[in-house]
Order: sequence, then structure tokens, then C-alpha cells
Amino acid sequence: MLNAKSSAGGAGELSRRRFLQAGAAIGGGLLIGWGDTADAEPGSMPVAEFAPNAFIRIGRDGKVTVISPSIEMGQGTYTSLPMLVAEELDVDMSAVGFEHSPPSDKLYGNPAIGGAQITGGSTAIRGFYKPMREAGAAARLMLLDAAAAKLAVGVVELTTANGHVIHAKSGQRISYGALVDDAAKLSVPSKVTLKDPSQFRIIGTPVKRLDGPEKVNGSAKFGIDAQVPGMKIAAIAISPVFGGKLASVNEAAAFAVPGVRQVAKLDEAVAVIADHYWAAKKGLEAAAPKFDDGPNAKLDTADIVAALAKASKRDGVVAKKEGNAAAALGAAAVKLNSVYENPFLAHATMEPVNCTVHVKPDSCDIWVGTQIPSSAQLAVSEVLGIDRDKVSIHNSLLGGGFGRRLEFDFIVLAARIAKQSSDPVKVIWSREEDIQHDMYRPYYYDRITAGLDGEGKLVAWKHRITGSSIMARFFPESFKGGVDIDAVDGATELPYDIPNLLVDYVREEPPGIPTAFWRGVGPTRNAYVVESFIDELAAAAKKDPVEFRRELTGKSPRARYVLDRVAAMSNWGTPMGPRKGRGVALLSAFGSYVAEVAEVTVWDNGEVHVDRVFAVVDCGQVVNPNTVEAQIQSGIVFGISATLWGEITLKDGRVQQSNFDSYRVLRIDEAPKIEVEVVKSSEAPGGIGEPGTSALAPAVLNAVYAATGVRVRKQPIDAALLRSS
Amino acid sequence: MVNFSVNGAKVSVPIEDDTPLLWVIRDVLGMTGTKFGCGIGQCGACTVHLDGEPIRSCLTQVSDVADREVTTIEGVGATKAGKAVQQAWLNLEVVQCGYCQSGQIMTAAALIAATPEPSDTDIDQGMSGNICRCGTYVRIREAVKEAAKAAAGK
Repeated sequence: MLNAKSSAGGAGELSRRRFLQAGAAIGGGLLIGWGDTADAEPGSMPVAEFAPNAFIRIGRDGKVTVISPSIEMGQGTYTSLPMLVAEELDVDMSAVGFEHSPPSDKLYGNPAIGGAQITGGSTAIRGFYKPMREAGAAARLMLLDAAAAKLAVGVVELTTANGHVIHAKSGQRISYGALVDDAAKLSVPSKVTLKDPSQFRIIGTPVKRLDGPEKVNGSAKFGIDAQVPGMKIAAIAISPVFGGKLASVNEAAAFAVPGVRQVAKLDEAVAVIADHYWAAKKGLEAAAPKFDDGPNAKLDTADIVAALAKASKRDGVVAKKEGNAAAALGAAAVKLNSVYENPFLAHATMEPVNCTVHVKPDSCDIWVGTQIPSSAQLAVSEVLGIDRDKVSIHNSLLGGGFGRRLEFDFIVLAARIAKQSSDPVKVIWSREEDIQHDMYRPYYYDRITAGLDGEGKLVAWKHRITGSSIMARFFPESFKGGVDIDAVDGATELPYDIPNLLVDYVREEPPGIPTAFWRGVGPTRNAYVVESFIDELAAAAKKDPVEFRRELTGKSPRARYVLDRVAAMSNWGTPMGPRKGRGVALLSAFGSYVAEVAEVTVWDNGEVHVDRVFAVVDCGQVVNPNTVEAQIQSGIVFGISATLWGEITLKDGRVQQSNFDSYRVLRIDEAPKIEVEVVKSSEAPGGIGEPGTSALAPAVLNAVYAATGVRVRKQPIDAALLRSS
Repeated sequence: MVNFSVNGAKVSVPIEDDTPLLWVIRDVLGMTGTKFGCGIGQCGACTVHLDGEPIRSCLTQVSDVADREVTTIEGVGATKAGKAVQQAWLNLEVVQCGYCQSGQIMTAAALIAATPEPSDTDIDQGMSGNICRCGTYVRIREAVKEAAKAAAGK
């Protein structure tokens, strides 16, 4: 398996002083952005070198382009980040556009995610809320200064509105576009004052997505839409068993297919390159590649689960310790023990994995949709032996990310294929390859124990998490203490007041299946365990699930508030029909608080239908309420697919699922009604792309328990357990 | 050589008869609005109209569209239903990643052209062949209703 490479620094990089730079953009205009000290020699650098080092470009036409440090994959970041700039810059959103950022940790690294250029972990707003606003505010100050000089008046006499500097006394208005050349010559303010939230005109208002129009008329460009002169298309077959090798290929048969140009053989895969995808696919079928399965030829999921179960009896590395859980458990009046299991999951983005690469003698161009442009650039430069700065990454809209495009396995693979061709090559994975050669959400095996005192109060909690460490591969520096901070995220910082708590982690890597992040990361896996088990404890304490949780949230008023609101919204406690139930889950993660109530019907055949979901979210200061609601709806639907059906299994080393017929995802006729309430708040903004998913599984499975009395401790739901007898 | 028309323009494509229309549209004609999602007619991302009826272009051989009229997402805005759907999609902020939306819009346009006053059940059933992993379903339901009203001039 490939190691993720990130040039992100540690904490030192985060604290390094950042300051503003400005310069004239190519073609005229004002550029402004946050630069690193190493880059900054204002006035001495050639103009062009300022071009990639910026968040903002303002043209002579007054058009503002925001070069977004985070990539758009549906979450609305190409609207919300420009909103932050527009707010402080005092321009209307209709004057604002977006661009993908080129690879650079230094310029586009997210301070909320180790300073690396990564879109993930629901961090875009958390990381860039202040920097984007500061960039906008600094640009505004420079435009004001330029106007003051031009009008020969004091800056104090000037105001800004809707892309203009206004001198009220004389009634003069100058557009920003008319000021950019002058402003570009000015030095950058070392300090800016940001608006007080009471002055916000854009932040917190529902703004239409800037990428909406192109996504309804077919002109939006995703990675798979790359069109490069001379480009050929490749279809690929990778060893069906991870770790297997290509044994033989019938090249003559492939070349007999009209349109086939080349057969590119790699150690573990073969690609047929042709004039168009269908010829490539037919050529690949004709080539009938055979593989040596290698050491994982006999691997089944059951082997992996058995190894995890065994490993979970080892002592873990302590992730969080409060009080003395062992002693408190010994003294508890009621003790509960459970094992919860999370399956392997594929990402199944709607846009299948693809990447277009043109390898030239000493440079390389890549057209792809990626959540990690900078580390992809480094990885390709290493595998091709080309200088990093000669590897150009042309990012594009992502047809879904969910963590799949946090990996560069497919980018490196495409580069290795394209290296064998003088033409640009677009490698398109079939849906079957996409599902069967994903990097999967790990199987996790959780042992959890808790104790109640005589009054049914939760006094002791022990949670052992056993599974793959994605962080050890992705951010090795974070794993030095032996705790995977993602694996335990959502298990250690609970919204509940539990006096004696021990959470530990056992690393156990599965053989023969690569693992990776998946929407909601640690909190999605852990909320299922924690919130299901809290429900078990409520039942043991003979308390209502909302009331049981509520009593534990005395030290977390924001958690209590969303819980109370969702209970009111969902008419919690009112009767429901036979085989219907209501379940609740409470989550504090990604800097946000979410409570969800799901209503389900369990059919006689054991199938579960999610009828309605209520969600209350407190994500602090809201940037775009449109997006917040959409992301919660989205997270809920995504979570339902996984909870009801999501599962990747191995038999004889092969992934058994292959397409949407065997890896079932939710369709519109199966989708619940969803009601979302967003709490008005001035707290620091929290993440919103993932918590909707994280809270979903336990809400649904607690509802299944309410409907049937059956506790689902292993996802996905096994309908056989829920059939009415 | 296969002759057909795309969004009103006549095209002649020298290609094997069994090539799916999807790949002719994307790789030969260079129109990338129509998407590849599954290749087996499960997801609906590749939906186009053939003589006004929605079809899965990933499963339709190009020879089957000879001398017929294909409409894609790039051209559907010229139809009353298609225009209404695109506008409703914008009004209700349906899209997220957007990858499936060409197919969703093509299916919705065909749905309201055939069923001018769709019920909730009509919408759920009519749209159930189109998968969206971003989960835009709640807004799609509302947008189809709004589009139907707009197309009917209500």
C-alpha cells in the first residue's frame, strides 16, 4: 500500500507568522493573499510569482476571483469561502467568482488540519473563517488607500459599498476595478480590523451557490471531463486480490479491437489505451488479463474479524482517562458489556475514480479532482522522478469526495500508465474497479462496558477501539504516542458528564485490504457505538433515552439545547404504530453539536424504512444557512445507505460487491422526509459536512430497537434479525 | 458510420455500431455534460432523451439512435420542461457535488413532460432510477413540483 505523503508541518507551521502580500496580477489587477514569510519580499519579486500566492484577484472590470484553498465536492465551499471574502471586501456576491487553487501547502494549507492543503474533516470554515476575512479586509484597505490618493482626501472620509469606494462629501464613487492598478502598488497593511458580526450583510444569509448554474446546464467540469489535445482514454484492470500481480495479457487480442492504441502493463495492473473509452474497455476484455493472487488469495472477511476480536483483548494505548473506571465498574450496581462492529465501506462517489496525465520528458500535467493537490503532486514527482515544481496539478470539481479523493493511489497509478505513453492519457475506472479497488473505511471492533449506580446514574465507562490506523499512514507524526486520534475521535470527548472513563486503542491492521478515511471519519464510527450503548444504558436504567442523555449533559449546555430542541421538534414520547419507532442520537464533533431523531418502520420482512429524520444543529456562527441545511440533509441520506446496507466483504481475497446492484445506496423513493433546524449562534463556526452522517446510524438503530426490541450491534442491519415471526 | 442528431445538430460518427451512445457523446463528440456513473443502467447519471423519451445512454448502442433525435443536458434548456426544471433546480438550490444532476434533470424534465401534475408518489417513482450520493433527494422532490407548476404556467 502506498504511504500518503504530506509536507504539512506540525504545530510550528501553524504558529508561524503569516502576513499579507500584494502584487499586480498577470493581466492587470490586484492580488492579495496570505503568504509565508519565506515567500515574502514585497516589491522585489517578479509579478508572476505573486500569482499563485493569493486568495483574491480583482480585475479591472471589478470582478473578484477567490482562489479557494479548499476544493468543492458538493459541500458548498466555493460559495461559503467567497462569502467570507465578499463580506469584508464589501462587494456583492454577484461580482464574485471562484478558482481552484494550485498545489501548495504553504499558500493554501488549512490551519485547522495541520497546515496541509487538504479538504476534509469538515475543516474548511473552521480553518479559513478568519484568514479569508482578513484577506478581504486587507484588500479593502488598500483600495481605500488608493482612492484616498486619487481623490486627494483622507481615508477617514471614505466608505465602501458594493464594490465601490464612496466619498460622501463630494458624492464621488470609484469602482474597485478603477483602483486596482493603483492599489497593487501599495504596501499591504500589517493589521486589519474585521467587522463585528452585527455588521454582517453576507455572512449568515442564504446565498445561492456560485457553482449552481454550471451544474444544471452540463458545463461544470469534473476530473472525468478533462479534454486535452491528443488525449487517449484508458480502461484498467487491477489485480482482483490486493497484493496480486499481473501474470499474462493477450495483447494481440486487445490490438485487434478497433481504436486500441497501446497496452500498458504494470506490476499489479494492466491498462488498455484507446481512442475512446468503449474501445479501451473492449480491448481490456479481449486482453483477458490473468493475475497471480499472491499472499491474500484465501483471505475472507471472517479472518479479519477474528483477528480484530482477538486483538481487542490486548491492552490498548490509553486515549483518555478520567477517574478510575475499573474501580467504579467494580462498585457499580448494574454493569453492561457490549461489542459493536463497523464494517468495511466503499466511498462510491458518483464520479468514478479517474485521472488524466500527460508525462513529458521532464514535466508532467495532471487533470484530476483531488482533496489533496499538494501531496498528490509530491507523490507523482517521486514516482516519476520529476521535480515537484514540474508536476502541475489542474484540479477540478469533485463528483463527490467522501474521503476517496483524499488518497492519491489512483493518481500515481494513472501517472505510471501515462509514463508508458507519449500522449496524455485519461484513465477511467469502471464502477466495478472503483468499488473493488477503493481504499475502504476500516472494519472496527469495539468493546464497551459501563456501570450504573443504584439510581441508574452512569458512573463508569470503558471503551476499547480496535482497528486499522489511517492516521499512522496519513499523518505518521500524529501517531507517535500509539493512539490514532481519528480512531478515537468521537469516543473521548463526549457531551456527557461521566466521572470514571477509560478509552483505549488497539491498532490491528487488516491484511489484504487498504483502509482510508470515510465521511464523518472517527465520529461516524464512534457515535454509532457510543450512542447505541447510551441507549442500552437508558433501557437498563429504565429511563427515557432523551431524559437519560439530558441528565448527563449538565456540563454541556449546547448539547443539551440541541437535544431538547430535537425532542420538541419530533414530538418525542408520543405513541407510534406497531413496528414503528423513534430513536435519538446526540453528537459533539467537528466543533458542532447535532441531535437527530429518526422515525423508522420495520417491515415484516425485516427491512427497515427510515420515514422521517429531525435534526437540530448548532454549528456556531453560520456562514451560509442554505449550505448548512443541505449538508445535514446530505449527511443523513449518506448515513442511511451505510446503516441499512453498506458493507464491503472479502471472499478469497476479492471484494464481493461491484456496482450499485450489489453495493446498494439509498434512492429517492426510499429517502425520508428530513427537517433541519439550525441554532442561531455566535460561537466559533463548526464543521458541517460530516456531523449529519455521524449522528444518523445510532438514531436509526435506536429507533429500530424502539420498534422491535432488537439491538443492532453490527452494521449494516441484518434483516433476518428483524423479521416478524 | 452512424447518423443522428444531437440537440438539433446533425452528426455523422464513424464508430463501431455497438458503442454505447454515452461514449459517443462524451469521447467522440466531446460533450461532457452527460455523465458516466455505473455502466449498467443502475444510477441514471447518463440519462439523455431519445425522441423526447429518457434513456440510459450507457446501455444504448449508438446504432439504435440512427436517424433519431438525441437531447442532452446541454440542449434540454431549449425545451419548456427542461428549462423549468433547470430553473427550479437553481431556485431551490438542489445541487451539491453536481455530478448526478445532469441525469436527474433529464429524468425530471421527461417526467413532467409526461406527467404535468406529478404526485409525490409519481415523483419518487419517476426519479428512483437516479442515484445521488450527496443526498439531494429532499430538494429534488420540491424542485420537481415547482418545475411542474412553472411548466404548466401556474
